[in-house]
Amino acid sequence: MPVDRECPFDPPAEYRRLQDEDPVARLAFPDGSHGWLLSRYEDVRSALADPRISSARGFASNPVRELPPEAMELRRIRPGQFIGMDPPEHTRYRRMLTGQFTVRRMNALVPRVEEIVADHLDAMREMSRPVDLVQAFALPVPSLVICELLGVPYADRELFQRRSRALLNMNTDGPTLVRLRDEMDDYMLTLVRAKRQQPQDDLLSGLIAREDEQGHLSDEELINIGNLLLVAGHETTANMLALGTLALLAQPAQLAALRAAPALVGQAVEELLRYLSIVQFGLVRTAKEDLQIGGRSVRAGTPIVASLAAANRDPRQFPNPDSLDVSRQYSPHLAFGHGVHQCLGQQLARVEMKVGFRALFERFPSLRLAVPLAEVPMRDETFIYGVHELPVTWDGDGR
Amino acid sequence: MKVMVDVARCRGAGLCALTAPDVFDQDEEDGTVLVLDAEPPPARHEAVTAAARLCPNSVIRLEDA
Repeated sequence: MPVDRECPFDPPAEYRRLQDEDPVARLAFPDGSHGWLLSRYEDVRSALADPRISSARGFASNPVRELPPEAMELRRIRPGQFIGMDPPEHTRYRRMLTGQFTVRRMNALVPRVEEIVADHLDAMREMSRPVDLVQAFALPVPSLVICELLGVPYADRELFQRRSRALLNMNTDGPTLVRLRDEMDDYMLTLVRAKRQQPQDDLLSGLIAREDEQGHLSDEELINIGNLLLVAGHETTANMLALGTLALLAQPAQLAALRAAPALVGQAVEELLRYLSIVQFGLVRTAKEDLQIGGRSVRAGTPIVASLAAANRDPRQFPNPDSLDVSRQYSPHLAFGHGVHQCLGQQLARVEMKVGFRALFERFPSLRLAVPLAEVPMRDETFIYGVHELPVTWDGDGR
Repeated sequence: MKVMVDVARCRGAGLCALTAPDVFDQDEEDGTVLVLDAEPPPARHEAVTAAARLCPNSVIRLEDA
């Protein structure tokens, strides 16, 4: 599995060779098994929408981390963990949640997101420089937004941020993974019980009250759904905000274009999603039956890794794929995945990024890196790519 | 242009409502697609075509009217 980057913004160069010479490449997994690695846009897109290709064994093989024996239990898909399920099990959970994340609902959150963003930028202006943009802005903003939406106390952010960070780091050892999982379960169970007693106007309380043909959700289902939304709801957007800022600061012509035409922000967000593709190691699926992909025979039971990062840089789909171009028109990128599992929270992420980038660059016209690009610590070892820290500075009072 | 949708396939990603909000909306309850304008004017055909292409579950079908 190609993992070494030459440029912090580009996927490993090996992918370009694979796209040209070996688009459905044989891939050895750390556990000794074999599967296939897809790197072309069309192959990735069709595989992710193919009902013959399953998500249900996604945790069984991992292309970059072999789960240590003591953490084998983490491979089991748990009730409510719908990202590891196929229809119809997946459909039931997804249907319970999608109404909460519609374009209309997310647009209604804009004023509150603007307020949260403004509060954090006000506070940042008062800090002594250089400031770590991750801690001052990129991480707290989506954390507070998802806390308010779910009904998770924001006071607990250090706990869940630390746990999410360790969980997504492929160097975290087995016993730690199991302990973190148990801590997260306990935390969410306590929260679910409190909301059962005293429901509030939030998503978790709504899920507890909700009933369909199959009845109410169990505590176990609620714990797993709650933790999934909490982790996915802050880590991803936090990394897009920080890495997106870095990409724009490193490419001043693009930042200038965005500043000159703030209405471009929607397109710019799509382009950053495509260009940065933070789900860096791809999505793991399994063939449910014998099938053909790009002329290759894929046997039932074989794992398939679909590289979103490679697909989003495929020259067959995107002209000049390695250029960041905030004015790029119509970018049907795969950064949020494709098919039934395409990101549930994507409309929330879009709102947070549009509001966040716009306000950040408007309010800090002289924002710049406080260290050379090469010294920014990149998250090479985490499933969600980004930066560990982003030291920035600005002139005067930032106005 | 005629817009048809297969709601059973819809998982509520919302790309249609984002791309052509005057043509598509989402159900309040389960987020699935609602067609607001089944015969959109020519000026909207480009956006509607983009929405159909973006849909992660191929829910939207377009036919020449």
